Amino acid sequence: MAIIERPATESPAPTDTDDLVTATSSYGYLRRPVESTGWRSWAFTVDHKKIGIMYGVVAMFFFAVGGIEAGLIRLQLAGPDGTILSADKYNQMFTMHATTMVFLFVMPMAAAFANYMIPLQIGARDVAFPRLNALSLWLFVAGGLFLNSSWILGGAADGGWFMYAPNSDTPFSPTNGVDFWALGLQITGIASLVGAINLIVTVLNMRAPGMSLMKMPIFTWMAMITQFLLLFAMPVITVALFLLMFQRSFGATFFSVEEGADPLLWQHLFWIFGHPEVYIIVLPAFGIISEVLPVFSKKPLFGYPFVVFSGAAIGFVGWGVWAHHMFASGLGPVSVAVFSVATMAIAVPTGVKIINWTLTMWGGKLQFTTAMLFACGLIVQFTLGGLSGVTHAVAPSDTQQTDTYYIVAHFHYVIFGGGVLGLFAGVYYWWPKIFGKQLNETWGKWNFWLMIAGMNLTFGPMHIIGLQGQPRRMYVWTENRAGEGFFNLGMWNLVATIGTFVLGIGILLFFINALVIHRKQPVAPLDPWDARSLEWLTTSPPKPHNFDRTPTVHALDEVFHRKYEDIGEGDEHDYVQRATLEELMLEEEKHADAHIHLPAPSYWPMVLAVSLPIMAYGIIYTTWLIALGGAIAIAAMFGWALEPADAEDSDFDPPAPGEQTSKELANV
Amino acid sequence: MSDVVKETVSDAVDIVKDHADDVHEHDVSAGDHADDGHGAAHATSLGLSNTKLAMWLFLGSECLLFGGLISTYMLYRNRHSADVGPDQLWDIPFTSASSFVLLMSSLTMVLAVSAANRKDDRNTKSWLIVTALLGSLFVAGQVYEFTTFYREGLGYTDSLFASSFYTLTGFHGVHVSVGIIMLLATMAMIAKNKISGDKAETVEMVGLYWHFVDVIWIIIFTLVYLIPA
Repeated sequence: MAIIERPATESPAPTDTDDLVTATSSYGYLRRPVESTGWRSWAFTVDHKKIGIMYGVVAMFFFAVGGIEAGLIRLQLAGPDGTILSADKYNQMFTMHATTMVFLFVMPMAAAFANYMIPLQIGARDVAFPRLNALSLWLFVAGGLFLNSSWILGGAADGGWFMYAPNSDTPFSPTNGVDFWALGLQITGIASLVGAINLIVTVLNMRAPGMSLMKMPIFTWMAMITQFLLLFAMPVITVALFLLMFQRSFGATFFSVEEGADPLLWQHLFWIFGHPEVYIIVLPAFGIISEVLPVFSKKPLFGYPFVVFSGAAIGFVGWGVWAHHMFASGLGPVSVAVFSVATMAIAVPTGVKIINWTLTMWGGKLQFTTAMLFACGLIVQFTLGGLSGVTHAVAPSDTQQTDTYYIVAHFHYVIFGGGVLGLFAGVYYWWPKIFGKQLNETWGKWNFWLMIAGMNLTFGPMHIIGLQGQPRRMYVWTENRAGEGFFNLGMWNLVATIGTFVLGIGILLFFINALVIHRKQPVAPLDPWDARSLEWLTTSPPKPHNFDRTPTVHALDEVFHRKYEDIGEGDEHDYVQRATLEELMLEEEKHADAHIHLPAPSYWPMVLAVSLPIMAYGIIYTTWLIALGGAIAIAAMFGWALEPADAEDSDFDPPAPGEQTSKELANV
Repeated sequence: MSDVVKETVSDAVDIVKDHADDVHEHDVSAGDHADDGHGAAHATSLGLSNTKLAMWLFLGSECLLFGGLISTYMLYRNRHSADVGPDQLWDIPFTSASSFVLLMSSLTMVLAVSAANRKDDRNTKSWLIVTALLGSLFVAGQVYEFTTFYREGLGYTDSLFASSFYTLTGFHGVHVSVGIIMLLATMAMIAKNKISGDKAETVEMVGLYWHFVDVIWIIIFTLVYLIPA
């Protein structure tokens, strides 16, 4: 935390000042952390922008981990009777691949954008609960590391990502892997829940003056719907995980069929969470490309209210389709029919969105930047995944496809084509906003095309091998059952494996682009894309306090309307540029608010986050660790409660006598 | 004490009468937010304070937690051995009494919130203590009940009914215990003047949680104890 002094009328001083200031009073048990540089300025920060960046970095790390796991799976299946992995290791590999990609990559990556962009898009200076925000981040990191520590502590979970009980009970999975899985997801679940509450409150309560709900940028809308889904989905998986934990650790029999338990209990609980989870994965990506497409089409988003309400409709109907994951479990004809129809119905709001995106591009002045390419890629690939999805909605056809590679093909088109491509669109689109430099477009386009080619080579053939009957999760396939000619499993398995490596190279290019090429890139202009929404009404990267003055919002696409004036008559619209973003920014700086107080950093989020994995290790290994972790947690909670959320006047240096300076607390 | 009660009741009537004003007068203040350290009420977009909105969202999420646990219990409530089931175990008069104690604690919680709204620290503290004591009495009753059931042969792993009953009521008991810690911590922080932000609102937040836990118990009591298997 640093005090930035500046005359109230001048443009802001550079934010990288290193005037260190010590807190003049101590709070709780400890002084607040005051470092403005070095690792401590990141570890104890409550700045939503730094937290967003850290979310992104950690998520990308886990993306690489999950990618390596995927590569090993495909290598094992490249030829008949693969020998790279044992059956046991193969089980662990696909379980952890899915768990890592869903819980440790896609969700946190979406959280990274939500964290970074929501306050900027609604004209706020931070989220509603900055310390809780830091807690979410560190719980996610702690949970992810805890989950992956199982690799070196006797083997990872091996029950598949939906971990069907009783298959995940001790007789069938005797190592501690499933315990690590259940407890690790419990920790990341708390992170998601805390984050959801925080972001919903932020969106609902901290919008800039004039920003009604229907003037909110579309990404903020989709991210908010996602947070509502998380809010209500997380407790359900929490119950399921607790029951599993009690069964494995304390001998309860919730899922033991021989004790009279209902084997469908786990499936219901899991999928009541699991299906909304699918929308938790894709809705942020939908939001991102709904920002990207208008900017690079030079048109407003077609039918903004339809996109908003179809998103909300997906959020509601998403709760009524979970049993379509269980058509093969013998639910009975009535349930199957109801869930079949509901599943077909949910394709409607999704289709509405696809039409909106297409019509946004229709007649626009298209600019195929990398971000735009990824957005277009999402529309195409996700639609393909949606089409195979409708074939699952038809229950008789689904019964044929259940547990085959066809399912794997479908959900990778949806999650990779729908989720990951959208997230990459966001990375390329917002990179200059976040880091002040653009990613290299040539490398970006190679990255895009290799990813598209790679994903279609990998997941396309899985439709064929699935319909030919290759089950998912089998660690080998044999030559003499592989079939002949065009439908030969061996050929398509090899194609899929080659595709995986094409995909991998594409993603490697992204990492090179981001980590190496990026260093030599020139500083990006303030408004590289001629953007439309409020996050661009600040410097790149944004100042610690985001906005020099709190913006007043008059329109959807506020920044566009500040730059352009409509000189058309009647129903005609004709926009001419009246100002550049540079000019708008000068105006903002001239009217900068005095006395901007930012939330102060804190140790407690990290301490509290560390206590949970300690307790979790205790549950697995030894009781005294539970007590230790619990003691740390209680100490952290009291420290947290005793520490004022905001710095007080005593935290600021007194103004020099007779000086007309405004002071500002900034955790740079 | 009776004056306090009268005052409280009239206060409560006023609050109910004029709820719209109440929302604006009492609720507009940012909680854990950047601008509230300086006394100025910070207007939020909804007019509801951040902390209160967050608490409501959290309680909404909790509904699904208990929803999952209650569903599990309802699924397994009949799956027990013939001689150790609800018919043999339930002591309805005893559980009714402890439920009554918990319900009364909600009343004392309301009195604490009311005292906090009147900036009456002394009565706030006393009512918080009384609420915590009633809550502890309820938890003590639950511990007694559990040990009795255990002695009568209902171990945690003995049947699906046993596991799901202990899990559901145990989760509720943990929630009440956490609530008691919150009540006592709030009381201590008021005593030491350590509450940052709005004191009355802090008490009200603890109150919201406490009432929620109470309402959940009404549902559990009805579904688990009163409706015959």
